[in-house]
Amino acid sequence: MSTPSEPPRPEEHPIAPFLRMDRMPHIWCPTCGIGTVVKCFATALEESDLDLDKVAICSGIGCTGRVAGYMNMDAFHTTHGRAIPFATGLKLGRPELEVVVFSGDGDLSGIGGNHFIHAARRNMDLLVILVNNFIYGMTGGQNAPTTPTTARSSTMPFGNFERPFNLPHLAASCGATFVARWTCLHIRRLTKCIRMALRHRGFRFIEVIAPCSTLYSRLNKLGSGLDLMRFYHDNAEIRHGADTRDIDIGFQDTIVCGNFVDEEQPTYLDMMHAHYEKVLGGYYQPMPPEGGWIHE
Amino acid sequence: MKADPAGVLTGAHYLDGDFACGEGAMAAGCRFVAGYPITPSTEVVERISRRFPMMGGTFIQMEDELASMAAVAGGSWTGTKTMTVTSGPGFSLMMENIGLAAMMETPCVVVNVQRGGPSTGLPTMVGQGDMMQARWGSHGDYELIALCPQSPQEAFDLCIDAFNLAETYRVPVLFMMDECVGHMTEKVVIPTADEIELVPRTLTEKPPGEFLPYATNGNPVPEFARAGDGYRFHTTGLTHDERGYPVMSVECQEQNVRRLMDKILLNVDDIIRYEEEDIEGAEVVVMAYGITARVARMGIDMARAEGVKVGFLRLIVVWPFPEQRIRELAGAIKAFVVPEINYGQMVLEVERCAAGKAPAILVPHGGGSVHDPADICKAIVEAAR
Repeated sequence: MSTPSEPPRPEEHPIAPFLRMDRMPHIWCPTCGIGTVVKCFATALEESDLDLDKVAICSGIGCTGRVAGYMNMDAFHTTHGRAIPFATGLKLGRPELEVVVFSGDGDLSGIGGNHFIHAARRNMDLLVILVNNFIYGMTGGQNAPTTPTTARSSTMPFGNFERPFNLPHLAASCGATFVARWTCLHIRRLTKCIRMALRHRGFRFIEVIAPCSTLYSRLNKLGSGLDLMRFYHDNAEIRHGADTRDIDIGFQDTIVCGNFVDEEQPTYLDMMHAHYEKVLGGYYQPMPPEGGWIHE
Repeated sequence: MKADPAGVLTGAHYLDGDFACGEGAMAAGCRFVAGYPITPSTEVVERISRRFPMMGGTFIQMEDELASMAAVAGGSWTGTKTMTVTSGPGFSLMMENIGLAAMMETPCVVVNVQRGGPSTGLPTMVGQGDMMQARWGSHGDYELIALCPQSPQEAFDLCIDAFNLAETYRVPVLFMMDECVGHMTEKVVIPTADEIELVPRTLTEKPPGEFLPYATNGNPVPEFARAGDGYRFHTTGLTHDERGYPVMSVECQEQNVRRLMDKILLNVDDIIRYEEEDIEGAEVVVMAYGITARVARMGIDMARAEGVKVGFLRLIVVWPFPEQRIRELAGAIKAFVVPEINYGQMVLEVERCAAGKAPAILVPHGGGSVHDPADICKAIVEAAR
């Protein structure tokens, strides 16, 4: 036991049990926002009553794609954009699992965009946490489907002339039953939001706006990570239940945050079970919650 | 272990190869299938989606083949046996996650009912042009296993073997059917569940604290733990060590990739399967696989009528390739004749292994139908001269 005068050792950090401490230090840059989101996620898990042995986490590729690798649970670092369908396989292969997808904006809304909209449409029982830093970080600051119009990226050196996704609106309009957006500054609110989402069933989508001081901020002369956090402080506006059509993010413009959608709808598995029970009656043999593993 | 009777439709049936393949998968204990519609393979999942709800299986039609293959890889990590089904264009899209499955050492079966290519090609007509893609389609070095059935009965029987091989070696197994075998209807006898021997997903007996997901313990195939059993393991498509942790080093790459290769290459004698007929004293050996094997038999009979001594080598497992057998034969015969419904794929392997001791003569066909047996006969007769 450490006395109050001693600095806490890493393994005694309150969220250490949720992390693979043997993989520290992580690869993220100083003032990157991803670690903050991981902290909020771990705290939400701690406050939930979930059995971590039954929680699986999937990531794709990119900076946020490394999150699965640091979490102390069954963890899958998959291919670029495919974390959602990989997670779908885990959920349908063993329905009792709580499956979390943790990845970045480029991964989930760029190369993985098709999977994102279809998982939302199906109300697949997945919690998707998307860290949006407006840019492809791992590969060096290229333009993303989320880069605000006029913002610079390494492949839009004269400024982005494309229109970015409004991700909460995309998720909501495709059928997601829990949709929220927060920034890295909103630690308590984000943690609470993740806790709510962990209790919710169905396709749950949380977008977290996070600073990338190494690339996005540098290319756009926005200062340090701290300056970006100050920007969130001054420009984030909390509007729970806001119409997601109205929450586009412009370059250095207001970031509307809040829990926008929170509704109970039957999940993919609920609908499958109900339908087969109705049409097949006693002939229906659902996969047991522990999965389709056949053994002696 | 014996098959689960719920998945075994015991009896004599009149089935096409696609349905027979689906029945084989269900008999093999497959209980999760993700797929995307594509001719001429879709009947496999149509069969499965009709029967799965009665046996505890889940079928999901995904948004594309990228997703199908990813879901099949993910599903397998729950211990559930998984499969996806496609044809050429979808097979191309699946390459990404076939590589992931190979790297993560994920048992699963990928059915490719081959049609004419390239690109959209001949959706409803036969081809065998994906044979090299099966071997080399995903980037980087890895080994896997591919089988070629020649009939609906074999589509059933070999599909069970495909699952057993996937479990034994923890690899994606490619089930390389073709449109003709997929759509031909013949008698298929499905035995009782007791007569079907399955390789179960064997789980590690180590407690969570002692388990390393890629430790080899002398056996190049690591032990398996399924998601949700408390092992809290990590797995990645990155080059990784025994813990499943990424390590970006020359040494780790060597160990990781070498083992992916070795677990197949050191076991080729147990994996490779072929059939031989009249090899003894043959002047010419015809090598074929899939539907072309059946057409070749007719060409061989025609050549024998002209007095040529012809042997026949039918590949059942096409990858890994029976290198040793080709080498042995090459020293004893005048030539190999290799008919295939492509412009020369497996013939390259024959040529490589024969190493100049005997020529490998291709009988090409661009796809859309099977060979004219007379063309195969003609090649045999010319080769024997």
